[in-house]
Amino acid sequence: MIRLEKRPSPSRLWTLTTPILAVIATMIVGGIMFWAMGKDPFETIRTIFWDPLFDETFGPYSRPQLLVKAGPLILIAIGLSLGFRAGIWNIGAEGQYIMGAIVGAGVGLAFYPTESVFLFPAMVIAGAFGGWAWAMIPGVLKVKFGTNEILVSLMLVYVAESILASMAQGLLRNPEGMGFPGSRNFARDFPAASNLEVISGTGMHWGVVAAFIAVIFGYVLLSRHMLGFQVRLTGEAPRAARFSGVKPTRLILFCLGTSGALAGMAGLFEVSGPAGQISIDFGSGYGFTAIIVAFLGRLHPVGILLAGLLMALTYIGGELAQLMLGLPAAAIQLFQGMLLFFLLAMDILSNYRIRLTKKGAV
Amino acid sequence: MTGSESAANSPLLTLEGLRKAYPGVVANDNVSFTIRPGEVHALLGENGAGKSTLVKMIYGLVKPDRGEMTLENAPFTPANPAAARAAGVAMVFQHFSLFNALNVAENIALGMDNPPSPRDLSDQITQVSEAYGLPLDPTRIVGDLSAGERQRVEIIRCLLQNPRLLIMDEPTSVLTPQEVEILFHTLRKLTSEGTAILYISHKLEEIRSLCEHATVLRLGQVVDTCDPREKTASELAEMMVGESLHIPTRAKRDLGEVVLHLDGLSLPPSSSFGTSLKDISLELRAGEVLGIGGVAGNGQDELLTALSGEILAPAGAVCLHGNDIGALGPNPRRELGLLTAPEERLGHAAAPDMSLTENALLTGAVRENLTTHGFLKWGSVKDFAEKIIADFDVRTPGPENAARSLSGGNLQKFVIGREILQRPEVLVVNQPTWGVDASAAASIRQALLDLAAGGAAVIVISQDLDELMEISDRFTALNEGRLATPRPAQGLSVEDIGLMMGGAHDMHEAEAST
Repeated sequence: MIRLEKRPSPSRLWTLTTPILAVIATMIVGGIMFWAMGKDPFETIRTIFWDPLFDETFGPYSRPQLLVKAGPLILIAIGLSLGFRAGIWNIGAEGQYIMGAIVGAGVGLAFYPTESVFLFPAMVIAGAFGGWAWAMIPGVLKVKFGTNEILVSLMLVYVAESILASMAQGLLRNPEGMGFPGSRNFARDFPAASNLEVISGTGMHWGVVAAFIAVIFGYVLLSRHMLGFQVRLTGEAPRAARFSGVKPTRLILFCLGTSGALAGMAGLFEVSGPAGQISIDFGSGYGFTAIIVAFLGRLHPVGILLAGLLMALTYIGGELAQLMLGLPAAAIQLFQGMLLFFLLAMDILSNYRIRLTKKGAV
Repeated sequence: MTGSESAANSPLLTLEGLRKAYPGVVANDNVSFTIRPGEVHALLGENGAGKSTLVKMIYGLVKPDRGEMTLENAPFTPANPAAARAAGVAMVFQHFSLFNALNVAENIALGMDNPPSPRDLSDQITQVSEAYGLPLDPTRIVGDLSAGERQRVEIIRCLLQNPRLLIMDEPTSVLTPQEVEILFHTLRKLTSEGTAILYISHKLEEIRSLCEHATVLRLGQVVDTCDPREKTASELAEMMVGESLHIPTRAKRDLGEVVLHLDGLSLPPSSSFGTSLKDISLELRAGEVLGIGGVAGNGQDELLTALSGEILAPAGAVCLHGNDIGALGPNPRRELGLLTAPEERLGHAAAPDMSLTENALLTGAVRENLTTHGFLKWGSVKDFAEKIIADFDVRTPGPENAARSLSGGNLQKFVIGREILQRPEVLVVNQPTWGVDASAAASIRQALLDLAAGGAAVIVISQDLDELMEISDRFTALNEGRLATPRPAQGLSVEDIGLMMGGAHDMHEAEAST
């Protein structure tokens, strides 16, 4: 018989090794799934995890993509992890990401065709502001009226998507676009407002730089600063946090605001870089995937960095597998879902000890 | 020997060589004793001595690893509490399992294996409550009952099953002295009818007045048995601890000026079953220990949070050194010298899953100067945690251990030590020795007295009247959110104290009906 037994304190060793075990378990069960679909499991796993990085044909194309995809995921997940640590559940990062892109792009387009070097930084600030303001809606509602931030932030995603559609077809539509929906293309038509690669050919655009800075910022905040301590304390023991002098309303607004601002920034970097323009289908789900990244990374900044890269790899590898092996997109999504499932399931190992006992000796 | 004599002397329950081990700790080992019909048998021991595990085995909640139990000459191996109840074993827990929103009869029906119809049950409740002098109206909502009345619900639930053995775990911790008398009256009546009672308590005076036999557990083993009526309380304590106890001593001290002044403090309840504070006024002088007694749930928690700054007070209600601090939060109050230690150790006074170092930071940041511009000085924090551990004899491998890995007494020493080392001018502690073993409790009391001798003012909120009498200069009590006028502790009689605590609910009816 198997029994679970609570550990006196969470095991450090298991906290570090469970993500690796979860990835391995996902590969095994995913492999079985691919096999059941009539694909060679080893080839599929290799296509997802190995080929994007090391294949001679695809590598040069997909390696830069890794940073391009991981950048926004990491940036958003770092912000979300602060709130999640404190028990404040911002599920609507996708909406904040979209609103950041709209506000930031709006500022850029308003100054078309300026060549000022200040334009791009101003757009970044505007993007952060857009995301921040969108996240303040659930924040203020929660603080003032006790509404549930999970529901409000989630529903605001759909509002943001509608605003996006309206903007792409109306206010921000390219006047020279012959009536097609979508704004001017920053990369093609508007260099001063474009999010360029910092090092050419690596995929390292300003958003990736911002993501790395956010990782360092998050690490310092959580481990070296009183505010980070208060965030963790609130998540661990809300009453103790109040006793310690934490003001819950301020903390809620700080966490939601920061995650919103980072998500908004990520949106701006995306719209002015890889996406290129405001379009109806701009929202690509980064805001939701970042939730998985945040948990996969154990809500720890360095973990999130690694998790973001891994998640980006499964995206790119998944696309490659769709292309090369004809796997359906749903299979790839299932594969990603498995990863989160196994990670959360294995979490039990860090808090519990598994004991085998003989029957009857209980 | 005649037949009737042998029946009276034959044991009701015999335990032989019981053992129960949990990973890393042997809770009970080779425990043997017998309980006879009609006796009150005390189970004595410090926290962690294995009393709870033992009674859980008898009540069918835990299965012993080894050993045998015999109930009335038949092997007794209850698979679950229902089986134990069917065999005639009932138990009243320390923490009540009652639903606040339901009435008395509904609550009792929920705890029965085969409840009769509501009308019959109400009749039975009235009948039993009258027979044993435990007045209780079956139609009242449990949320409105006092702790003593709630306990009666639990007791009557047990009595309805006509138990032959009644297990009581710390039954008097929530009662006023008058209510304790009613309870003892009931218990004596039960034993005269042949019911045996296994009585667990920390309160040695009670055990001396109630019990005929005592079995003393230490580290899971039976170390002694005695007749408590023939021992003094301190002899019993030494049997439990296994060493002679240090009795706190107070140095002579002079009272200084008024440091803390509460003036008509009233606050609404923070939750629907919370207590409101009503017009609380008191003056506290430097060097003084003020004891606040009272049954749990009469506003102790609320008073502490109002003083700690977790709940803000109306203007002018809370003054420190003559300055209104009612609008200040916890940290500004700490800065001014008002420190507090809440009752609930895990989750309020300390964060369970955080290390002791982080828990030292929890209240120490301001006064111990543990941050610069908001950045944490982990080195200083760790030094502070290590100092608490060393000065207050906290038994732990080191400050990096999680708070929840400590035993209750050790964590309490840490929590109290954390505040005392910050040199408070006023320290407010709620239940400082609740669930703490005797020697740790003595050292905590000594530390509080030393603090007062050093010129600080101390408020001790506690349910343990012996403790309050031992350390207080003045005594008062909370009753339904009101504070009685403080009186000098010396020369206060038990009756006076009981009346300040609100006397016994329905006591006069009880006397009238019996």
